[in-house]
Amino acid sequence: MRSVTIIGAGPAGLSAARVLVAAGLRDVLLLERNPEAGGLPRFCDHLGWGVLDLHRFWRGPRYARELVTRAAGAEIRTNTTVTAMAAGGSLHVSSPDGPAVIESRAVLIATGIRETPRGPRLVSGTRPWGVMTTGAFQEMAQARQIPFRSPVIIGTELVAFSAIMTARHAGISPVAMIEVNPRITARRPGDLIARHVFSVPVLTDTRLVTIKGVDRVEGIVVEQQGQRREITCDGIIFSGAFVPEAFLARASGLAIDPGSGGPVIDNFYRCSDPSYFAAGNILRPVEHSGMAAREGVLAAGAILQALGAGLPRPDAAIPVSIGGAMRYAYPQRLVLADDKPLGLFGRARIAHQGRLRVLCDDAVIASRPITILPERRLAITIAARDLVGRSAVSILLD
Amino acid sequence: MSSPEADRIHDIAIIGAGVVGCAVFREFVLAGRDCVLIERDADIISGASKANSAILHTGFDATPGTVEAACVRDGYRRYREIRERLNLPLLETGALVVAWNEEQRASLTGIVAQAHANGVSDVIEISAEAVRSREPGLGTGVYGGVWIPGEAVIDPWSAPLGYALQGVLNGGSLHRNTEIASGSLDRDIWALQTATGTTIRTHVVINCAGNYGDLVEAIARPSPFSITPRKGQFLVYDKPAYDLIHAIILPVPTSRTKGIVMTRTAYGNLLVGPTAEDQAERQIATVEDTTLEALAEAGRRMLPRLADVPITTAYAGLRPATEFKDYQIEALPARRWITIGGIRSTGLTGSLGIAKLALDLYVAHFGKLSPLDEPIWPRVPNLTEELPRPSAQPGRSEIICHCELVTRDEILSALDGPLAAGSIGGLRRRTRCMMGRCQGFYCSRRVLELAAAKIPGLLHA
Repeated sequence: MRSVTIIGAGPAGLSAARVLVAAGLRDVLLLERNPEAGGLPRFCDHLGWGVLDLHRFWRGPRYARELVTRAAGAEIRTNTTVTAMAAGGSLHVSSPDGPAVIESRAVLIATGIRETPRGPRLVSGTRPWGVMTTGAFQEMAQARQIPFRSPVIIGTELVAFSAIMTARHAGISPVAMIEVNPRITARRPGDLIARHVFSVPVLTDTRLVTIKGVDRVEGIVVEQQGQRREITCDGIIFSGAFVPEAFLARASGLAIDPGSGGPVIDNFYRCSDPSYFAAGNILRPVEHSGMAAREGVLAAGAILQALGAGLPRPDAAIPVSIGGAMRYAYPQRLVLADDKPLGLFGRARIAHQGRLRVLCDDAVIASRPITILPERRLAITIAARDLVGRSAVSILLD
Repeated sequence: MSSPEADRIHDIAIIGAGVVGCAVFREFVLAGRDCVLIERDADIISGASKANSAILHTGFDATPGTVEAACVRDGYRRYREIRERLNLPLLETGALVVAWNEEQRASLTGIVAQAHANGVSDVIEISAEAVRSREPGLGTGVYGGVWIPGEAVIDPWSAPLGYALQGVLNGGSLHRNTEIASGSLDRDIWALQTATGTTIRTHVVINCAGNYGDLVEAIARPSPFSITPRKGQFLVYDKPAYDLIHAIILPVPTSRTKGIVMTRTAYGNLLVGPTAEDQAERQIATVEDTTLEALAEAGRRMLPRLADVPITTAYAGLRPATEFKDYQIEALPARRWITIGGIRSTGLTGSLGIAKLALDLYVAHFGKLSPLDEPIWPRVPNLTEELPRPSAQPGRSEIICHCELVTRDEILSALDGPLAAGSIGGLRRRTRCMMGRCQGFYCSRRVLELAAAKIPGLLHA
C-alpha cells in the first residue's frame, strides 16, 4: 500500500507532492489524466503566475513547468484516469495498461475546476459551432487553432480578461464583453485594460438573449435597459461561472456542499471519508492558482500528520452552517486540535450590505457591518477557545 | 458499380438519411437492390432523427388499427431481433405511466385496455403504493400508474448509424451534402436534379425526407399532406441522476403529444422532455430559456432530487407532424414513387417496421427482390455504459474526452471509414466526445486537432 496518491497534477496537486517528497516520502504518486502534468496554467500564455506561491511573475506554461520540476521525486503517471474512488482510499484507474486498483493510506483530490458551458446556463437560441468556454478557447488559441475571428465574451471575471489577452495574441479581435451586472466582476484595472489597451467595449447591465446562426455563430441578441439589439460575431466565449470538477467525489459518495459544489472538508482538508483529502479549486468556485497551491501545501502538511502522529478524530467535528446571503463557507466542519485560531473562507450569493455574524451555538462571537460583492472572498477567523464545548457554528450574512 | 454516376441507373433512390431513410436503405440493400441514399446535410441523422427521447416503444398507446401501430409493433420486434448482431444497445427499463391527479387516474383503465387492443398484453394498472415502491424517488401526489414492462431505452444514433453502415458495406451508395432540387420521370426512369446541378437516375424513389417530406413529395405530385414541424426541447442531467429512476416515467398522454417524459439514457444520463411546440421553420430548432426552466421545474416536481444534480445540456428537435395523426405511407405505381411521411415521435422504433412495409409495397408494385446470401453485419461501436467501453481496455489510446471517456482511437475511427463523420455534430453523435458535463472545456482543442483536417469549417480560414 502506498502512502499518498494525488489525483490531479495541477498547482494544488503538484505543490502538495513537493511538500510530501521534501518531508521524505518516497512513494508519492500523482495521477494525471492528460498527457502532461501542469494543469490549466499550461494554457494561459500570459504573465501573472507564481506571484503568491513561488514569488515569481511568470507566464502560465512556465509556472506549470516549474511546479512539475519542483515536484521531482514524486512519480507522475500521465494518461491515467481515475474512474471511481472507493471507501478507504482505494482508487479504480484506467490507463493504457488496462484497469487497475491503487490502494493508498491517503488520497488527495486535486481535480481543480472548469467553467460552466452554455448548456447548463439554459441560454436561448440555436446551437451552432463556435460556442465555447474560455478554457477551451485558450487551449485552441495557444495551439494556433483559430475557430473564429470576432467573438463576443460573456462574463467579466478575471478569466475573461485572460481570454482577451490570449485572443489578441492569436490575432483575434473580440467585438464586445457582455456583463449582466451593473459593473464588471474582475477588480480594476480589468475594465480599463479591456477598454483602453485592447479597445474591447464592455457592455454592463446587458443580458445575452439569444444565440443566432445555423452551422456557425452569426450573432447574438442582447438586451440593455429594455432595448434589444443584435451584435454580429462569429463566436461566443462563455467565461467564468466556475464549478469544481467534483464529479468523481459526487459519484463516489463523498459528502458534497451544495453551496460550494465541492466536497465537504474539515480544517485538515479531510473529506467525509477520512482517507480522502481535497485541496485547490475543487473546494469551491475559483481562486487564483497561488491560493490553490497554498492549499495543496497545507493539505500535504495535514496528510503528513495523518500518516505520522495522527489527526484528531473526525467524528468530533463541529459543523459549520451558513445563513442569510451566504453562498458557502469552508471548511464545513471544524475539529479542535490545539489552541491555534481556525480560518474559514466563504462567499456571498449576491452583492450585500449588512452585518456578518459568527455564532458558536447561541453565542455571538463576532459581529461586524459588511459590504460585500459575491465574487469577493470572505475570510473569517475563529479563536479555538470560542469553540470549546460548542456543537455548531453558524455564519450569517443579514 | 464503377460506371460514372451520370450514366448509372439505381433501382431505388431514398431521399433523406434520417432513421427511417437509413432503415429503408438497409432493407433494400439486403434485399439485393441497387440503392442510393441521399442526404441534404453533411451527415446522416441530422434532422428530425438527431433529437428524440430514445425510447423503444411497444406501441401500447398507439391508435389500434393504424399504420403507425403496425409499424411500431413490427419495428419493436425487429430491433430486438437484429440488435445483437449490429451491437446495438437495449436497456430493459420498462415504463410507468404515472397519474398525478384523480382525473388522470381515472383514465388509466382505458390506457390498459388500449394496450391490450394493441396486442401488448403484459400491461397492467398498478396502485399508487406499487408505483412508489418501484420508484421511491418520485415526488408526492402519485395517484396510480400503468406498468409497461416491454418499453426500453436504446441509443438514437448508433441504431440508424448501424442501418446505414450495413447498407453501405453491402454495396449501397450514400450521397451526403446532396439536396434534391427537382426531378422528372421519363419512360419509367426518374432523373433527380441536385442543388449543385448533378443528376441521379433511379427506377423508383422513396421519399423519407422527414421535415421536408411535403416539399419532396411535390416532386411527384401535389402533396396530400403538409408538414408543420413540432419542436421538442429536452434537458439532459449529469450521470448521478441516472440512478434516481429505474423505469421510463411517462405522463398520461394527451391527443397531441405523449407529454414530458423522464428517462434514463443509454449513455448513463437522465433526460427530461420533450415539449411540443408547432413552428413553420423546418431546419432550426432553438432552445428557449423560459421553456427550459419550466422543464427543469417540471422535472423537480416529479423527481425532487433532480434539484441536486447539475444539468449537462439542453437540446431541441423537430418532429415532422402533419395534419393527420397516422403515418402517411403509400406507393404511387404510376409515379414509380413510395411515400413515407409524417413519421413523428415513434420513428426510431417504427423505422424497421416501416422499412419492411416499404419492401412489401415495392414487391407489390415495382419489382422483385434478390436477397443477399451472406450480408456483412458490421458491429457499431458501443457508446453505452452498460457494455465495456474502449477506455477500459488494456492498450487503450489516450482518453481525449474525460467526461465521456472517449479515446483517441474511437475519434480517429469515427473520422474514417465508409461512413466517416461528416460534421462535428456527426462526430459527437458517433463518439460522445464533447457531450459530457464540461461540453468541451477540457477536450475541444484535442478533438479539433484530430477532426479539423477531416471536417471542413471548424477552423477560421
